[in-house]
Amino acid sequence: MPERDAWRGFAGTTWRTAIDVADFIRHNYTPYTGDGGFLSGPTQRTATLWEDLAGRFAEERARGIYDVDTHHPSTITAFGPGYIDRGRELIVGLQTDAPLRRAIMPAGGLRMVEQGLAAYGYELDPVVRETFSRYRKTHNDAVFDAYTPQILAARRSHIITGLPDAYGRGRIIGDYRRVALYGVDGLVQAKQAERVRLDAVPSTEAIIRDREELAEQLRALDELKIMAASYGFDISGPAHDAREAIQWLYFAYLAAVKETNGAAMSLGRTSTFLDIYLQRDLADGALSEIQAQELIDDFVIKLRLVRFLRTPEYDALFSGDPTWVTEAIGGIGADRRPLVTRTSFRYLQTLYNLGPAPEPNLTVLWSPRLPDGFKRFCAQLSLDTSAIQYENDDLLRPYLGDDTAIACCVSAMRMGRDMQFFGARANLAKALLYAINGGRDEITGAQVTPAFAPIEDDILDYDTVVAAFDRVLAWLAATYVDALNVIHTMHDRYAYERLEMALHDYPVHRFLACGIAGLSVAADSLAAIRYATVKVARDATGLAVDYAVDGEFPRYGNNDDRADAIAVWLVETFMSKLRNQPTYYRGAEPTLSVLTITSNVVYGKHTGNTPDGRRAGEPFAPGANPMNGRDRHGMVAAALSVAKLPYPSARDGISLTNTVTPDGLGHTRQDRITSLVGVLDGYTEAGGYHMNVNVLDKATLQDAMAHPDRYPNLTIRVSGYAVNFVKLTPEQQRDVISRTFHGGL
Amino acid sequence: MYGRFHSYDLSVGVDGPGTRFVAFLAGCPLRCLYCHSPDTWNLRNGKLSSVDDVMTEVDKYTQFIRAAGGGFTVSGGEPLLQPRFTTELLAAAKQRQLHTALDTSGFLGDRADDALLAATDLVLLDVKSWHPDTYRQVTGREVAPTLRFARRLAERGTAIWLRFVLVPGLTDRPSNVEGIARFAALLPTVQRVEVLPFHRLGVAKYQVLGIPFPLADTQPPDEALLSRVRGQFAEQGLTVC
Repeated sequence: MPERDAWRGFAGTTWRTAIDVADFIRHNYTPYTGDGGFLSGPTQRTATLWEDLAGRFAEERARGIYDVDTHHPSTITAFGPGYIDRGRELIVGLQTDAPLRRAIMPAGGLRMVEQGLAAYGYELDPVVRETFSRYRKTHNDAVFDAYTPQILAARRSHIITGLPDAYGRGRIIGDYRRVALYGVDGLVQAKQAERVRLDAVPSTEAIIRDREELAEQLRALDELKIMAASYGFDISGPAHDAREAIQWLYFAYLAAVKETNGAAMSLGRTSTFLDIYLQRDLADGALSEIQAQELIDDFVIKLRLVRFLRTPEYDALFSGDPTWVTEAIGGIGADRRPLVTRTSFRYLQTLYNLGPAPEPNLTVLWSPRLPDGFKRFCAQLSLDTSAIQYENDDLLRPYLGDDTAIACCVSAMRMGRDMQFFGARANLAKALLYAINGGRDEITGAQVTPAFAPIEDDILDYDTVVAAFDRVLAWLAATYVDALNVIHTMHDRYAYERLEMALHDYPVHRFLACGIAGLSVAADSLAAIRYATVKVARDATGLAVDYAVDGEFPRYGNNDDRADAIAVWLVETFMSKLRNQPTYYRGAEPTLSVLTITSNVVYGKHTGNTPDGRRAGEPFAPGANPMNGRDRHGMVAAALSVAKLPYPSARDGISLTNTVTPDGLGHTRQDRITSLVGVLDGYTEAGGYHMNVNVLDKATLQDAMAHPDRYPNLTIRVSGYAVNFVKLTPEQQRDVISRTFHGGL
Repeated sequence: MYGRFHSYDLSVGVDGPGTRFVAFLAGCPLRCLYCHSPDTWNLRNGKLSSVDDVMTEVDKYTQFIRAAGGGFTVSGGEPLLQPRFTTELLAAAKQRQLHTALDTSGFLGDRADDALLAATDLVLLDVKSWHPDTYRQVTGREVAPTLRFARRLAERGTAIWLRFVLVPGLTDRPSNVEGIARFAALLPTVQRVEVLPFHRLGVAKYQVLGIPFPLADTQPPDEALLSRVRGQFAEQGLTVC
């Protein structure tokens, strides 16, 4: 039996008879409670390979894309094997036949492909165009066949933005580990058993669809084997050693990113799983620590090469060219042992060995109960690279267990058991303006919601506004869920993620992931209406276009319950309306995120003056952040305001971005590490969900001086006061830079 | 008990160890040339607040601070201008099992009675200068009370973090630094010395107040100067940050 050999030395039984990677991990992993002292740097091979790519990265940055195949719509097997440098690679596989050559994936939408190509001076093969306009319908076409005028109006006015109706939805995480543990044939067997159960029930519409999807999943698994074979690997059986385990797992992920151009193509939670194999090889003497790190480095190089063809507008919305290869690291097991292993450290070490980078999106599942050595290593990396984000494992675990991964930035799902229908976000600040204006858009004057009486008071009355707002939110939630039902019906039909779904259980649990933008603007506006006097200025058509605020009012972000309670109310109210819809596609469970990534800028651009004093076009704060400059008592006070937002009403995540200078964490490196660990512990215990930690380095501040437009929200906080960096004079900025970075501590 | 309270901040790692609630009191007898808080010079800059008012704010953070590690710092202005208010704030923080720090110039150290010091775990003592003439030039006052206070703290075993603001052309003379360093080395409770590079970030506050900023043309210290000064402290066996 090949399995016996592949599984030599492994303990546990449940995972042998059913697909259960979490059970396998539980029985076989070795928690590591030490520090990063054992880690090794990049080998010569790694360094050379990585340097060889640097030139191509530079060319890619200059041209927008490095190369693209305009002829072959990507599938798992569309391209022959590709290599960076065949002789030097330890883990192989590229999305196309050459590094950084992008592929087209027109099933999601032809226009996105054509615009993406045109932007970089390429033209789509006419045969492909004809195929996907004449013979094969795309997801994008289908969605617009079924959209309602209400949805179109909401979309046009930007009260709902970023809907995945022209691009791949993403945020589905295949359990890629399964391929390494069971081999493709083992997974095929399990899927066939699922199919047998489905064949025994009557052929309703839902069951027919499920059977067809299972058939497609089986086909995708078959193609996965063919793809691996083209690289000379037979992955029908389980992996025998660490290198194979990484290779098998990577092939599975690679097949997903060859098949699907999803907005976020996350990796899951793989480090502790792979550690079991690395540990076995290390114990056998088959690997050294240097070789173990080298394998991880090589794997991560591959992850950093993942590319999709997208339009410049899309990239502008998401700042850059993100793929969100999110990997969840750490966390605590259900048995209370930390899920931290040496390979958790090895993954993080790639930020040193290969330099800081946004991908893969390394996400630490934080708990105060994590081993101190690991916590300090994470904090140290945050100080050195700003490249890690943190999520509250203590919040996640009671809901989702200990084998949870993060898709994109903050969307938590159980590996192989949950998937989500991604739904971008609705603009709450604009919704508030609609409440005042009887559903007319404050910029165009167009009637967007069904007409209702606008508020005609000169001075806004809180209760009146809240009553109207409630009504707009009800309309918004209904329109929003309606749109998502349409989108995901069509996505399943025309751009189904066969391989990713083949790496899920049947039946899968589905979330309908809604989101909001403009939370702090809406909360502060309501606080102004409630606690100060807000006078309305209207244009000739009676449209409220500006607001004069007289008097002081509390602002969200100062740990002041008066304002924070309004933000909490907004989240709970909108979530309760999302929960109250007549139908959810495939019975999905609605959830909500308070996350904008960087679309806060675009949302702000499309939103008029607001009653909090924000001017038309001014960016919103990102995610659940307080508006910049309105948090007056420091990062901790702001974080505690955010931590009040109720996770049960925002199960898809609540995002907080913190930017600090090293000086803002202490005078010495060790102090800073201790402080940051403390802040993360305190925030986690207070119930905060997510934190981006930016510790600015000198280069960032210098870049901000040269390109102030890129850093509109950069705040320099010194004890006692805060300043907006880009608003300082150049001389003051130089002052800050010299002050912040003196001493080289 | 009421006092003149200016504002508060939650700071991390810069006003004593860890995450701290920093209560800034109004009023200061010194007029340091490099002061970055001219808005706290006068008692009337503060709002009349009770100890309970302040502690109500503190209590929003006690749980966080306990989890994160840190404490409560009274700063200013000069907190010892309001010694009773300061004592009660520190005592109230102690009652909550918070680590307490007093951020002071020490100029009014004589006003800190034993009750105040009993409630103080750490003194952040900004010595400013060694040479009496330099001290007078920087602050407009005398250095002797600060040195007297420092010795008293050491005698009663109170932990000290000594602070020194390094201003090129003003406080940077080797003998000035040397004097502080030798003095500090004789105080057994000095745990660390923080050399704080001069900065001009407070200049906007001067503009708002319509006061000229005396050091508008002074540059922050360069790397060479900073390392020389840190070295001078380190030579005396002190832990320098």
